[in-house]
Amino acid sequence: MTTNILALLPILIPLFSGIIMLFMGKRPVRHRVVSGITGLLMMLAAAFIVAHVFQNGTMVTYIGDWMAPFGINLVIDMASALLLLTTSVITFAVIVYSFQSIGIEREKYYYYVMVMFMITGVNGAFSTGDIFNMFVFFEVFLLSSYVLITLGGKKIQLQEGFKYLLVNLISSNFFVLGLAYLYSVTGSLNMADIYLKLENYDGSLVIMTIIAVVFLFVFATKAGLFPLYFWLPGSYYAPPMPVIALFGALLTKVGVYAIARTYSLFFIGNEAFTHQALLLLALLTIVLGSVGALAYTDMKNIIIYNILIAVGVIIVGFSMMDEIGTIGAMYYLIHDMIIKAALFMLVGFIIYRTGKADSERLGGLIKRHPVAGWMFLVAGFALAGVPPLSGFYGKFFIVQSTFDNDHYIAGLIVLISSLAVLISVVRIFMNVFWRGDMDFSTLKPIKTDKLLFASIGLVIVSVVFGLAADLLYPFFEMAASSFHDPASYASYLTEVE
Amino acid sequence: MKSTLKKAGYSKVQKQVHDVFLQFTSKIVFFIIILFAFKLFFAGHYTPGGGFVGGLLAAAAIILLMIAYDQKTVAKMLPIDFRILIGAGLSFAAVLPTLSFLFGTPFFTHQHTYINVPVFGEVALHSAVIFDVGVFLTVAGAALLIIKLIAEEDA
Repeated sequence: MTTNILALLPILIPLFSGIIMLFMGKRPVRHRVVSGITGLLMMLAAAFIVAHVFQNGTMVTYIGDWMAPFGINLVIDMASALLLLTTSVITFAVIVYSFQSIGIEREKYYYYVMVMFMITGVNGAFSTGDIFNMFVFFEVFLLSSYVLITLGGKKIQLQEGFKYLLVNLISSNFFVLGLAYLYSVTGSLNMADIYLKLENYDGSLVIMTIIAVVFLFVFATKAGLFPLYFWLPGSYYAPPMPVIALFGALLTKVGVYAIARTYSLFFIGNEAFTHQALLLLALLTIVLGSVGALAYTDMKNIIIYNILIAVGVIIVGFSMMDEIGTIGAMYYLIHDMIIKAALFMLVGFIIYRTGKADSERLGGLIKRHPVAGWMFLVAGFALAGVPPLSGFYGKFFIVQSTFDNDHYIAGLIVLISSLAVLISVVRIFMNVFWRGDMDFSTLKPIKTDKLLFASIGLVIVSVVFGLAADLLYPFFEMAASSFHDPASYASYLTEVE
Repeated sequence: MKSTLKKAGYSKVQKQVHDVFLQFTSKIVFFIIILFAFKLFFAGHYTPGGGFVGGLLAAAAIILLMIAYDQKTVAKMLPIDFRILIGAGLSFAAVLPTLSFLFGTPFFTHQHTYINVPVFGEVALHSAVIFDVGVFLTVAGAALLIIKLIAEEDA
């Protein structure tokens, strides 16, 4: 009974909040109140789910009371639960941040409604146990993201929004194609059931490899892996800051999660090819992301290229598919969601305050905003993985795992990429906060209390997460177990039988 | 020739063509389409049809009226904000599956029964119908809202 209700709360709370706001019409202030309360409720529900999963193991609900391999079911293991919790924390912060930054016009045109529907889709994709249902939830959040990226109708938004729409439509088509292939081979869409059927698979490996490549094409496009990240820097540059924070923190990570799930559950027959290809693509993504992050002086672009580096690092961890690698990847995934949102918000604060996105044209801002400046430095160190902060643990485990598996070059690239991250972020800090003073009279007189509350709040969450990493280790060990030991994910099916 | 047309008020007529045939036919065809929409809607559990197709057809019927007459007439006929229609449809579709928690069953578990009605005999009652009403309203509302917004943009 409790599992039935609790497992659905992350999907239902934002959905109902969106519907309630639809009935309210164009009343921005009421929308703010409703979406703020929704964010709090979601955090509460997700925290309960994490506690419940930690005590009782994987939480399963059979939707419509249909038996397990036939109906759709929601399967929340520890990895999903942690991602749900992180998503709700970020959503709450972004909503609070939006109050003072998104602008009253966008708020009138159902901005919060679209955010809520997008979170419905993201949470659904994290918690579903059915691969076709995952496709449906992908479409749910993609549809809302199309609205969010074009809402406001500026020229660059329409231009980049069209690109984004086209790329995602094509990759969604291939998603359905891949699903059809997979169904023709296994005759099932339930992820755990597919795993059980493929475990003793003795058919042609070629067709499974082809399916793996089709799925990789789809999810690499969503996650922004080399060579399919070409749309990402342009499209993520266009929308306003809170939307970029949501997209950068959540949407690419859904793609990463989908890669991790499918490559741990389905494509286990020919790891020598599939996982090596994944590793190679991840390394190329890291290298090209580092080049991009070092090449630009525009703050938005630097952080956007840092998304690519992070995606690459996480995928390196998942492509190892051993215990240490997946623990590291889980640590880094959660860490990166929080810190990316925080960095985007801090950069957004600087841009809203100064009106300039190019870091070369700013300077000496630490005199006006000391707290924001030091928080930016802390966030930058955390992103690069300086030891006591949260990025360190993920990278440590990932590098250890690459060395265990004799992928020394991969480990070295991950390590060197940290240096590129550090240089790129510290350069923003040096330029914006440290150098000679800029003309302070050009600062925009805006209200910044909520902007700073949200962004500094997330930095503090990240710092606490880093300091408490040791305490949280059991959670992450549990989360990683469903990736490196997929039988534990599928155990709910075998127990039923 | 042109001046005669102008005297006859052609320039005003051009904006909204009062095509008598279209208007008269659409009055009749409207009811046929709406009835067919409801037929499809109720057919859609074991046979092809359902809320989505039904909603699209119902929207098509109203769009036919919009073409034959104009926005104002239709707005007078149906004084509903289509946004509210979408919201109402979504809440039907979301609240009904949630109610299954009250019975202690998982999300989306439906209840059904058979009752005897004097004329029709045995009739199936299924709670999925209410969910489908939600789909019907959402689809119809969304289709109408899109057409209406595009029409307003043009004017």
